Amino acid sequence: MALLSEHKRVKAHVNVTQVVIMRITVASGKGGTGKTTVATNLAIAVSERLPVQFLDCDVEEPNAHIFLKPQIENSRSVGKLLPEVDEELCTRCGDCVRACEFNAIAIIGKKILVYNDLCHGCGLCKMVCPVGAISEHPHELGVIETGTAHGFSFARGLLNIGEAMSTPIIHEMKAMIDPQGLTIIDAPPGTGCPTIAAIKDADVAILVTEPTPFGLHDLQAAVGVARSVEVPVFVVINRDGIGDDRVEQYCEQEGIPIAMKIPFAREIATLYSRGIALVDGAPEWKERFQALYETVQGVV
Amino acid sequence: MKVCITARGEGLTAEVDPTFGRAAYFTFIDTDTLGSDTPDVESVANVPGAHGAGVQAAQTVADKGATVVITGSVGPNAYQGLAAAGVEMYTGATGTVKQALDDFETGRLTRSGAATGARHGGGRGIQ
Repeated sequence: MALLSEHKRVKAHVNVTQVVIMRITVASGKGGTGKTTVATNLAIAVSERLPVQFLDCDVEEPNAHIFLKPQIENSRSVGKLLPEVDEELCTRCGDCVRACEFNAIAIIGKKILVYNDLCHGCGLCKMVCPVGAISEHPHELGVIETGTAHGFSFARGLLNIGEAMSTPIIHEMKAMIDPQGLTIIDAPPGTGCPTIAAIKDADVAILVTEPTPFGLHDLQAAVGVARSVEVPVFVVINRDGIGDDRVEQYCEQEGIPIAMKIPFAREIATLYSRGIALVDGAPEWKERFQALYETVQGVV
Repeated sequence: MKVCITARGEGLTAEVDPTFGRAAYFTFIDTDTLGSDTPDVESVANVPGAHGAGVQAAQTVADKGATVVITGSVGPNAYQGLAAAGVEMYTGATGTVKQALDDFETGRLTRSGAATGARHGGGRGIQ
């Protein structure tokens, strides 16, 4: 036992001195706060110093490509397995209905209903079926496009129109993480499963908010999500100068560092509206985003 | 005829729960026994899971053998399940369970030919 704790202490010491933040997820509760602005500018600024990989995981409406202008080289399909029930073999025993955590199968009288949108493709129904009446068939949810932008690796997920489940695409994208460099993930907005999938396993989450009551409300929810998956958080206040100081008060109370403030300025809005990254159109921002990276490094 | 009314509590005096899948209770009433000394009224607590509450609720109602559902609104997943079971859905119910039953029997509720409520979850949220 003493040996074990000694070992742990040594390991902890090594972590403290050697760990470098390699996975940053940029998220927000509220949509439209500037996640993509922060994620893309951070990526461009830091890519001068170390290898960067950019993953646009906002798969319902990815837009980082507008600012990064990647060359897409490959596209591949991502899907899930959907069950198909052989109505002749099925005895209507209901084992699959009871096993399904997501209520994706119902047996109503003699009818078998499979709800494709609710199915998570876990395959448990097939496993529990005592007569082998369930088979699985792939169903496309979307695609992952990969390429290069600004000299670094770029990927974005695209959920097919009409599909409700984006998490399998986000998980596939996270499986592409290259441990040799810095990975920046642009997360979907909100606090649901897709956002959790994008934040989980990150070394740091940068939560972008605006200093308004809406921004504060959704920031609090996003902080709750990040803390629930034990990811340290930093806040970036965008459109600084509007609203009130309650976001800052909240961060102070919670001990959350405000790593950057981006002012509400015409020049910034103009560049954004033209699809030009801030660091490209206003070079003084390059150092500020490099400083943002330095600040989040300070977490360990 | 066995009728299912969504309710916030047990018995005939409870308020109607306007949602179907995530209703607090399903009150099953055998309308043929209502005038008798022993009316058949059973309130079943609904314990929806995190996902697919509408499907689960439709399964419960179908398993109980109700042929009519009276509620506020029915989402698409529940609608599909109830329709498969041949259950008639009457929406827009308000007041107590007893009042909703009276409104149904006097033809004051609309029979739904399509889902009336938004689907919950499944979108940019719960997956």
